[in-house]
Order: sequence, then structure tokens, then C-alpha cells
Amino acid sequence: MSAEAIEPNRRDFLYIATGMAGVVGAASVAWPFIDQMQPDASTLALASVEVDVSSVTPGMSLIVKWRGKPVVIRNRTPKEMQEAEAVKLSELKDPVARNANLPSDAPATDANRTVKGQEAWLVMVQVCTHLGCIPLGQQGEFGGWFCPCHGSQYDTAGRIRKGPAPENMAIPVYKFTSKTSVTIG
Amino acid sequence: MSGFQHSTYTPKSGIGRWFDQRMPLPRLVYDSFVAYPVPRNLNYAYTFGGILSMMLAIQILTGIVLAMHYAANSGLAFDSVEHIMRDVNFGWLLRYIHANGASFFFIAVYVHIFRGLYYGSYKAPRELLWILGCIIYLLMMATAFMGYVLPWGQMSFWGATVITGFFSAIPLVGNWIQQLLIGGFAVGDPTLNRFFSLHYLLPFMIAGVVVLHVWALHVAGQTNPTGVDVKTKGDTVPFSPHATMKDGFAMVVFLFFFAYVVFYIPDYLGHADNYVQANPLKTPSEIVPEWYFLPFYAMLRAITFNIGPINSKLGGVLVMFGSIVLLFLVPWLDTSKVRSAVYRPWYKLFFWIFLADVVMLGWLGSKPPQGVYPTLALIGAIFYYAFFLIIMPVLGLIETPRKLPSSITEAVLQKKAGGSLAPAGATAAPETRS
Repeated sequence: MSAEAIEPNRRDFLYIATGMAGVVGAASVAWPFIDQMQPDASTLALASVEVDVSSVTPGMSLIVKWRGKPVVIRNRTPKEMQEAEAVKLSELKDPVARNANLPSDAPATDANRTVKGQEAWLVMVQVCTHLGCIPLGQQGEFGGWFCPCHGSQYDTAGRIRKGPAPENMAIPVYKFTSKTSVTIG
Repeated sequence: MSGFQHSTYTPKSGIGRWFDQRMPLPRLVYDSFVAYPVPRNLNYAYTFGGILSMMLAIQILTGIVLAMHYAANSGLAFDSVEHIMRDVNFGWLLRYIHANGASFFFIAVYVHIFRGLYYGSYKAPRELLWILGCIIYLLMMATAFMGYVLPWGQMSFWGATVITGFFSAIPLVGNWIQQLLIGGFAVGDPTLNRFFSLHYLLPFMIAGVVVLHVWALHVAGQTNPTGVDVKTKGDTVPFSPHATMKDGFAMVVFLFFFAYVVFYIPDYLGHADNYVQANPLKTPSEIVPEWYFLPFYAMLRAITFNIGPINSKLGGVLVMFGSIVLLFLVPWLDTSKVRSAVYRPWYKLFFWIFLADVVMLGWLGSKPPQGVYPTLALIGAIFYYAFFLIIMPVLGLIETPRKLPSSITEAVLQKKAGGSLAPAGATAAPETRS
């Protein structure tokens, strides 16, 4: 074989150049087609919500819509708080607080499911961590929440105790701007 | 059984010859659906392929018409469906045909799949044919699920929430995938719009895979209840009139039952909650998918405990998707050389237990996830997996099959003669039979 036969010719160059342009072109055209599926600007532009909770007395709940999901604001009774405080961390299926106001590894004590100074108030995204159903409040074996879809049971601090859900229900970022007003998000 | 290799088509008219030289479509149809040889011993279980083609055509036709009156917008969708039911001429009929048509499509596909499992239709050289069928089944499930979301009732909304929630179980990228699917943080208007678009697209993709499925079928040829290969021309009959007539009769009987449901109990297979408009703040007291998903739903709910590093949620999702992946592997899981369960006494027994297990899982899927039901579902799921992963491979190695007939013709004549051997002449000269 002569050296000339190995030398790439014009067709080889065109073959490689066309192929590379094809691959890069296909990838860069594919991305807009995938990206358009993601939440759009109007969905992402979500202001935080401010809620007046002056009318919510102990034992009452208020549900507000935030990011298309229901957020429960519950003024818990002393009995509910005592029940939640009495649970040992070792009994919990998910020992992490899942509280966006605290470090991600905070233990799931009852106090860590709330914000400091407002321990009676449970503010929680009321969406089951299994497959996204809305659990029913003040039901189930632990007096907290019961998910009718697949039977997950949460306690009075919204922690998963039984059933297929893997995590405690999420606590969103929120703060009490006054004694009677909560800002979520 | 090679219908394409020896074409016997001879165009009789001038226009027929003109076409044949330019684009031999009439030849393809003639060779595939008129002269095509089918085993002479096919029973009515083999008519469901034709019935399925008919159901696909019915769904596409009614669907195209319904799309002319439907509004894919979360504010309008629910009312536009009621508009179809009340105001559009014959809208009630078209919608009931479409909604119940989905159920009857699944009835037919389940008979078709279980027929394949019983007669070993997936064994060499029909593995690709089987896998194409599994792909059609997956596409059907996706289409049916997205179609059920369109009326925007409570079950639509919460079914969509739960099923897209499956993807959030995937570690790391799960939430990103879920948001990509629903186009937001919760199911909403973007979800409805894209589901409508895809619900319109997928049936045509199904039709495309059906063409491949039929192509693969016509290369390998149909199986038959004996599982014995076609050996002579006498083992077969031409597709027309034999198979066309039998398929046609089965379609009419099937349509009779279909019409009964459409006209007399059109909401029997649906759920009352879907006549309540979607409410993102309230989950119905119990979410139940359409009946054809219930066995898989039961397996999803059966896993309520963590398995090592896999949490209960991911575990349930893996068990559910795995139950469908198993179907794809069936050609390699079954180690037996004998195709038909007719000649496999143990496989036959386990086949019927498996069928009962799937029916039981379906029943459990419709029950609330409390008390004894999750435990029973777990037992059912374990047997489901054991059937494919233990029973199928092991039985093929240890089972002693019954003696196979030497040919299809022999099996047919034996049956006719009440078990006595066929007259020698009949098998020696099968072309002389009436």
C-alpha cells in the first residue's frame, strides 16, 4: 500500500465535517425541544403569599394555595404538640426535619418542624411525599394526616409514621411578620 | 408460511396490471390478507388481533371527531366535555364509544396477551413479534392514561398527579423529570395541553408499530394451539375466506358486548368522581385508576417498607415498572422447547394460577390501602414475579411435556376422530381433504 492511499482525501474531510455538524446540530436543536417542556416563566414568577392568621384559634387550620400546591397553616392544640414531642427520634421513618428554614440535616424533633418562637404553628406543604396526593387532616392512627391514595399516615407534626411515603411533609420557607401574619415563600 | 416469497397474485384487469408495475399495493394486500396461509386449527382466541385493529380504528375515528369539539385548557376542558355530551349532535354517543372503547381495547389486548402466554407465541422465531407487541401495550397505556386526564375531572387530575409522581421517586433527577413532564410544580394547564398533544400523537405511533407487528407476524407465520410448526401446505388454509370470516364473526360478537355497555351502562367502567371538576386543593377520598391499570396499581401500593437503601416509594415504583419489563424478557425466561401449554401439564396449571393472581391483584387495586389488602397485594406481587423469574425458567428444565402431534393436520384429525389415529390417506394427501 502506498502512503497516498492512507492520506485522507477531500471526501474523507467532507464526511467528517458533515458528520460533526450533524451531531452538534442535532444536539443543539434537541435542547429547545426539551427545554420548552420545563416550567415556563409565568409559572416560575411566583410571588410569596402573605396570610392573615388572626382568626385561626388552636385546633383550627387554614389552607392557602402556594405554587399551585396547598399549604396548611395549623394552630395546634397543646395535646397535639405533646403527642408530637413525646415521639422518640428512633421511632421515626424519616429522622430529618425537612424544614426549609433549618439546615438540611436538622433532626425531625417537633420543635424543628416549626420556627423558633411559634412552635404551636405548623406551616406545611400538605402534599403527600409519596405520589403527591393531598392528605386529609386530623385523621389516621396518629391523629395527624392520612393520605387516602396509598394509605400513608403522618403524625401531628406532619412526620411520616406509616405507609409508603418516604419523607416527612415539607416545611416551606416562611416567617411570622407579626403575631397574626405569616409570609410563605 | 412465507407469504411474501411466493406471490401468487395475478392482476386480472388492465388497471390492476398498470398498478402492479408501478406500485404493487394490491399485490401486497392480496399476499397478506387473501392468499396468506394461516394454520388450519386456529381457534377464537386467535381472533383478537383483528379485533384490536378494529378497536384502534374506532378510537382514532371517534377521537379525531371529539377533538373538533374539545378545548384543551384547564378552564374550559371540563365544560367542553359536558358541551360534547349535551349540545353536540350525537356527541354523547361518540364520547361514550371513545371512553368505553378504551376499556374494550384493553379487554381485547389482555385476551391477546394471555393467549400468547398460553400458547407460547413468544418463542423463537417470534421474539421480536412479542417485543413489538409489548411496545404497543406500553404505548396503549400511555395513551389511555393521557386520554383519561383530558376531561379534567377529579380522577383525571389526581390520576395525573399520582402517575407523574412515579418519576419523582428516581434519585437525583426525579424532581427535574417530573417538572419536565407536567411543566410546573403541580399538574395544571401546561400539563393538560401537552397531554392532549401527545394523546393525539400516540395512536398514530401505535398504528406504526402495529404495521411492524403484523410484518413480523407475516414473516414468522402465526402460531397455533398445538405449537407445532406448519410443515406442509395441508396444515394451512388461505387467509380469505377462512380467517377473514372467523375474524369478522368474532368482531361482530365483540361489538355486540361493546354496544351493550355503550348504550345501557356507559358509565359502569368509569368513576363518579370524574364528573366533578378538577380541584387541586382536594384529593378524592380514594384514588382509583381505570380498571385496566389496577393490577399494577396494587403492586405499587404493596411496597410499604424500605428495602435496604431503596425507600418504599422508589421500591413500589420499581416493582410496578419491573412487572412490565418482565413481559419483554418472557421469550428468554421460558426455557421450554415446547410452545403450547396444551402439551405442558405443569405450565398449564401455573398459567391459570398466574391468571387468577393477576385478577386478584386487580381486585386488590380497587380496595382501600388498609387492613389486610396491602399484605395480600404483596403476596400477589411476589407470585407475579415468581411466575416469570422462577416458575418459567425452572419448569422448562424439569417438566415432562406430553407427546406432541407430528403435524397440525394430525392433531386436527385426531380430535375429529375422537382420539384415534388419523387415516393414513388424510395425512399423506392433505390436499384431497374437503
